[in-house]
Amino acid sequence: MAKVIETEDLAVSFGEGADHNIIFRHLNIAIEAGEFVTLVGVSGAGKSTLLRVIADLIPAYEGSVKIDTSQDAARRRISMVFQAANLMPWRKIGDNVGLGLEGIEISEQDCRERVQSTLNLVGLGEYGDRWPYQLSGGQRQRIGIARALAVDPDILLMDEPFGALDAITRTAMQDELLRIWSETQKSVLFVTHDIEEAVYLGDRVLLLGGRPAHITNEYKIDIDRKNRRESVEFMQKVDEVKAGLVDAMALSDGAA
Amino acid sequence: MMVWASFRHYAIGFFIGSFLGVTLGVLVALFPKVEASQAWLARVLRPIPPLAWIPFAIIWFGITETAAAFIISIGIFWINYFTAMAAVQAVDKDLIEVARAFGHRTFPALLKKVILPGAAPGILSGLRAGLGQGWMTVVAAELFGIEGIGQRMMEASGLLATDVVILYMFSIALLYGISDYIFVSVQNRILAWQR
Repeated sequence: MAKVIETEDLAVSFGEGADHNIIFRHLNIAIEAGEFVTLVGVSGAGKSTLLRVIADLIPAYEGSVKIDTSQDAARRRISMVFQAANLMPWRKIGDNVGLGLEGIEISEQDCRERVQSTLNLVGLGEYGDRWPYQLSGGQRQRIGIARALAVDPDILLMDEPFGALDAITRTAMQDELLRIWSETQKSVLFVTHDIEEAVYLGDRVLLLGGRPAHITNEYKIDIDRKNRRESVEFMQKVDEVKAGLVDAMALSDGAA
Repeated sequence: MMVWASFRHYAIGFFIGSFLGVTLGVLVALFPKVEASQAWLARVLRPIPPLAWIPFAIIWFGITETAAAFIISIGIFWINYFTAMAAVQAVDKDLIEVARAFGHRTFPALLKKVILPGAAPGILSGLRAGLGQGWMTVVAAELFGIEGIGQRMMEASGLLATDVVILYMFSIALLYGISDYIFVSVQNRILAWQR
């Protein structure tokens, strides 16, 4: 299968001189078309930072990111869902969803249709004319996802999008995301600190640890997506990743 | 006639002071280097009361309505300068990142899509404060022989004609009340997204 994201010895650092701090180094990951990859790791290992480098919001210190997707002027190749929904409060819901459509080659008519169909996809078709303050936290996060999907990206980067939600809403959103993913065939890179979430959602789980951080482990999740949460293998995989995370934490502390 | 004259001084001073204050406040907030280089100038000029500028206004503009508008604009300028600067500095950085992530990476695009709408509530509250400050300065601006309510009020005040003074006070209060009412209606429309 074609690789849509490939990093080559990627490193990111913050600060200068004595404060120069390398967050991660020699990072090599590859994500295939249509794959759902989750990324867990020690806090401070640079999970969110990695997403931002791939989205070209932060420059790399060393190495490179190769993005290989279709080139289409009516779409964007990559889009992102943030930890907080971060909707613009002065835009109505429909205009928030259409944010990424401004500036790409798409007619006004198509733009409106794209916004409406994406709102329908996340189950909030009636909400286009409301203001963000009129929505609940879970609804806002769904709009954040709709905003990312509206540009019809090949790659969806998600930075702990359900971290701030209550357990019930979170479970519902996970299933909804999987439904959308299976309908749209996006490649997803999903950051979370919740291991069960990572194992439940991912085709593969990557573990980021050490200092400077790198990929310390990788877990292929071959469990059938139907009834995955209830299966025995699921809990075994979760335990396996948890053990890996403990090792990665020891590695990070040891190097400090 | 006299009320109309005062209103003219006020309106011109308000627009000039607000425009310059907001524009410079926004620019200074956007370019921190500019702020560092002129912060001392703002510190020197800020505490000077508009009244103190009267002799300069007379030298620069003569005994004209422009001179009165200039005096009025000074107080309004400073209010808007500082509130606009603070409003832009307080714009949510996460929203700027969101805009960049969705392809709006040029400075004009960020200004239009995030910075100005984000700073709008602060800028509008500065404009509203200036609306009141302006009427307070009308009296000072008409101290040196420019026709207007302020001048009449000072004359009556010199004669201890309190009844006349009160009449002028109410006139000013009425004018302020009307302008503030109109402003707030417009403001509520612009900021319908808040609450």
